[in-house]
Amino acid sequence: MTAATIETTGLGKRYGSTWALQDVTLTVPPGRISALVGANGAGKTTLLRMLAGVATPSAGTITVAGQHPADDVGFLRRISYVAQDMPLYGRWKVADQLKLGTELNEDFDDAGARERLRALSIPLDRKVAALSGGMRAQVALALALGKRPDVLLLDEPLAALDPLARRDFLSTVATAVVDRPLTVLLSSHLLPDLERICDHLIVLAGGRLVLADDIDHVLATHRVLTAAARDTTALERVHDVITIQRTPRQVTGVVRVGAAPLEPDWDVTEVSLEEIVLAYLGVAQSAGPPATAPASLTLLREER
Amino acid sequence: MTLRVDGRSGVPPYLQIAQQIRQAIVAGVLVPGDQLPTVKEMVAMVAVNPNTVFKSLRELEFEGLVEGRPGAGTFVLRRPPGPSASHHIKLRRSLERWVNQARLSGMDDRSIEGLVRQVMFDLDEREATA
Repeated sequence: MTAATIETTGLGKRYGSTWALQDVTLTVPPGRISALVGANGAGKTTLLRMLAGVATPSAGTITVAGQHPADDVGFLRRISYVAQDMPLYGRWKVADQLKLGTELNEDFDDAGARERLRALSIPLDRKVAALSGGMRAQVALALALGKRPDVLLLDEPLAALDPLARRDFLSTVATAVVDRPLTVLLSSHLLPDLERICDHLIVLAGGRLVLADDIDHVLATHRVLTAAARDTTALERVHDVITIQRTPRQVTGVVRVGAAPLEPDWDVTEVSLEEIVLAYLGVAQSAGPPATAPASLTLLREER
Repeated sequence: MTLRVDGRSGVPPYLQIAQQIRQAIVAGVLVPGDQLPTVKEMVAMVAVNPNTVFKSLRELEFEGLVEGRPGAGTFVLRRPPGPSASHHIKLRRSLERWVNQARLSGMDDRSIEGLVRQVMFDLDEREATA
């Protein structure tokens, strides 16, 4: 059994005259945990909803394991999608929620789901509404994994969780990937958590794909370059300059360094994943605190 | 054996895990022939990507400390060179006392780490000029 690759070609979604997502050609690698990052309104939820088959593309195509999921309702069973608001029936007991999972899905892993919740000391006879946010998230995840999916799509699952609950949640996701071939795509604002759990990164900005690569490769190829003020035309010709900041004396840039050698007088330093993502999101990090923090920066930094 | 990964430390998680396993072997918590926890158990312990754990194990295999046996798991092959387990424990205890003293006298962890590095650097310098 091999895990499913998700591929999109020219994928777009239009609401009225506004494109929420445009021209996304993307491969989500099989059997891996990919992070989906972007500011609010960047199109993350729209992308996940289309991959899950609950929204119809306005343009382009999606294939999962080489098939078009929307063509085949049976195939949609192989995809588990947990929406942002963790949709569960609050007045139902956890056990009833699991029973619904068993009734609605042909091959539901009821024993596995119960075992997972038991290991986390989540009482099956408790009403969902009486559970903590972290427990609710685990119940939603247990249901999603109970489907024995090939693809697990998680939209901002960590947003409402405290650090301990976040860790437990991520631990469940990571162990699920060890257990069986499973392709995970997880959106979040919390980069430090993502960096720990994910090995592939997808960045959306303004409805477009700006970066999709293995995190190790992203870290290995991006550098901060600093030098005395100069013309950077030559640099920009051979290397990918993501952001550049100039002061009368100095020029600093986040750069994807290409094969060509750099002029030796550039000071080259390693750069954190967070800085790289912020660079792609178009948020220049100035040395001093900005007068008003850009929204996306605040979001990425909160709860650290 | 327990594992921890500090996300804010500058050390990559796979090296943190490799170092802790190495430490467990040095301290005699794990001895040659012992089986390491499974990848799944380690992933659950530290909530990291499974590939991170695989990378730690490759690192230790490369050093010849552990050996992966297909279908069976990963086993300790040998102790890295260095003091005996009992001597290692003594060294660790005296370091614990020292760190405790430093903290009680108001040093924060960063200054403690800085001081340790400084002392090692100075000793190297002295050795080089001796």
